Amino acid sequence: MSAKPAHAPARMGDPGSGLKLFAIAYLIFIYGPVLFLPLFSFNDSIFVAFPLKSFTTKWYEQAFADEKMIGALISSLQVGGIVAVVSTVLGMFGAKAVTRYQIPGQGLITATIMLPLFIPEIILGISLLILINSVGISLSLITVTIGHIMLCTPFAMAVLSSRLHGFDRSLEEASMDLGETPWMTFWRVTFPLAAPGIVSSLLLTFIVSFDEFLLSFFLAGQEPTLPVYIWSQLRFPNKLPSVLALGALILIASCVLVVVAEWVRQLGTSEQKVGV
Amino acid sequence: MSVSSDHGEMSPGFFDRLRAFYRRSDAAKGYVLLSPVMLTMIALLAAPLILLTLYSFWTQVGLKVDTNVTGDRYRELYEKQAYIDIFWRSIQMSGLVTLVTVGLAYPMAYFVAFGVKKNKFIWLILLTIPFWTSYLLRAFSWKIILGYNGVINSGLISLGAIQEPLSFLLYNQTAVVITLAHAYAAFAILPIYVSLEKIDRTLLEAAADLGDGAWARFWRVTFPLSLPGVIGAAVLIFVPTTGDYVTPALVGGPTGQMIANLIQIQFLKIGDWPLGSALAISAMAGVAILVMLFATALQLAVRRIR
Repeated sequence: MSAKPAHAPARMGDPGSGLKLFAIAYLIFIYGPVLFLPLFSFNDSIFVAFPLKSFTTKWYEQAFADEKMIGALISSLQVGGIVAVVSTVLGMFGAKAVTRYQIPGQGLITATIMLPLFIPEIILGISLLILINSVGISLSLITVTIGHIMLCTPFAMAVLSSRLHGFDRSLEEASMDLGETPWMTFWRVTFPLAAPGIVSSLLLTFIVSFDEFLLSFFLAGQEPTLPVYIWSQLRFPNKLPSVLALGALILIASCVLVVVAEWVRQLGTSEQKVGV
Repeated sequence: MSVSSDHGEMSPGFFDRLRAFYRRSDAAKGYVLLSPVMLTMIALLAAPLILLTLYSFWTQVGLKVDTNVTGDRYRELYEKQAYIDIFWRSIQMSGLVTLVTVGLAYPMAYFVAFGVKKNKFIWLILLTIPFWTSYLLRAFSWKIILGYNGVINSGLISLGAIQEPLSFLLYNQTAVVITLAHAYAAFAILPIYVSLEKIDRTLLEAAADLGDGAWARFWRVTFPLSLPGVIGAAVLIFVPTTGDYVTPALVGGPTGQMIANLIQIQFLKIGDWPLGSALAISAMAGVAILVMLFATALQLAVRRIR
C-alpha cells in the first residue's frame, strides 16, 4: 500500500457504523455458543442446564486424570504438527510452481491438487479406507496422518498461492542477477515475502488436522485422535463435564498459539516492507 | 533448486544437456517443483478414488467382495426413492447453510477489509478463535443449547418465560442448518476477506472519479472482484456440509439425517462397501454438477451487472 495517511479523503469503500454494529453482533453469534463450554465446565452439576450451581474445578481434575483422553490429545498434537509442516512444505513447492512458472496443463494440475476441497470428506475417508484395506496396512495414527496430509495440502497451497500470486517476479530476478544462488534467493527474497502466508498455512493446516473428525473416524482404528475419542465419550452423559473442561482448555491454548503467530507475523512484515 | 542429485548416474554429456534444458525451460522447473504435490495427490487421492469407483461396480458376498463388474448397485440406489429423497434433502440443507453463512460472512469480511484500519490481523484472529475448538464440541455445544433440558429451555424456565421445555428446538433440519452455519463461518470469512483485501483501491477511486456512487462502486467494482472469494467460500461450505454426518447425527434427529449418514452406515455398520461406494459416487457426481452450475450461473450474473 502507498504511504497515504490513514485519513486521506480518497480512501474508498469505507463502511458506515451500521456495519460495525453488524460486526459486533456477528462476534456475539460466533462466540456465544462456544463460551458455554468454559461456563459449564466450572459448574458443579453433571447436567448442562441453568440455573448454575456452585463453582468447581473437579471436572478439570477428572479430565487430567483420564489417561486415555490425555493420550488422544497428545496423538492429535503429534498428527497436527507433522501434518502442518509436511502439507505446508508440499504446498509451498506447488504454490511456487504455479505462480512462478508457465506450465502446460497448469489449470488441470491445479484443479487436481485442489480436488480434496471439492469432495465431501466422508468420500475421501471411505476411499482411503478402501485403499488402506487393499494395500493391507492396519489402521493407526500413521494412516490418520497420511489422510490429513492429503486433506491439508490443498489448504496450504491455496493460502500460499494467494500470498505468492501477484508478487513482483523482478525482485527474485534482481537477486539472481546480483549473484545469489536460487537457494539463497528463496531464503532472502521469496521466504520473507511469503512468511505471513507460511505462518497462516501452518496454522490453518494445524487447525484442520487437529479439528478433523470426519476422516479420522474412518482411519483411526484403535488409536483415537482427540475428536475421535471425544465422539466415543459423548454417549456417556457423566463424561460430558470433563469433555467441556478439555474444550475450554483447548480454547485457551489456541489463544496463546494465535498470539505467538501474530508476533511472528509482525517480525516478518516490519523488516520486509517489500511488496506489501 | 537443483536436480543434480536425482541424475547422478547419468553420463556427463546427457546430464549437461539436461541441465541446460532445465535452466531454459520454465515448464520443466515448474513440473519439478510440482512433482512432490502431484505424487502425493496421485497416491492419496486419485488411487483411492479409482478404487472407490471400482468398488461401486462390485458385489459384497458375505465378508468377501465379488469383483465381477455389475451395475446392480446403482440400479439398487435409483430404484429406492428414499435414497433420492435424502439426497435432495441434503442438497437443500447444505444450500441453505451456504446461503446463510456466506450472506453473514460477506459484510463481516467487508468490514475487516475496508473498515478496520489498525490490527486487521487481530480481527481475523478474533473471528477464527472460536473455531480452534474441536468441531465436535462446537456441534455438541448446539446440542446442549437447543436440547430439551438444555441452555435455552432451562434458561427460559428459570426466567419464568415458559412452563414446559420447548421440544421443537432440537432434532430437526433447522437445528442442523444453524449448527452447520455456525461451524463453517470461519471458512467463509477468510476467502472473502482475502479477495476483498487484494482489490486495488485505486480502481474504486477511478470509479468515483468517473461519477459512480457508493452502491455503484460496490456492485460494479468491489463485488465482481470479490467473486472468486465468494465462490471459493460457497464451495468450501457447500461441499463439506453435504459430506457431514456428525451434525445430523448429533442434532438432526430422524428428519434431519443427510446423505453422508447413509454412506457412513453402509461402511461402518452394515459393511456393504460396494453399495456404500455407489452411494458415494452418485452423491459426489450430483454435488459436482450442482457446484459447477452454481459457479457458472454466478459468473454469468455478474457479467450482466457489469
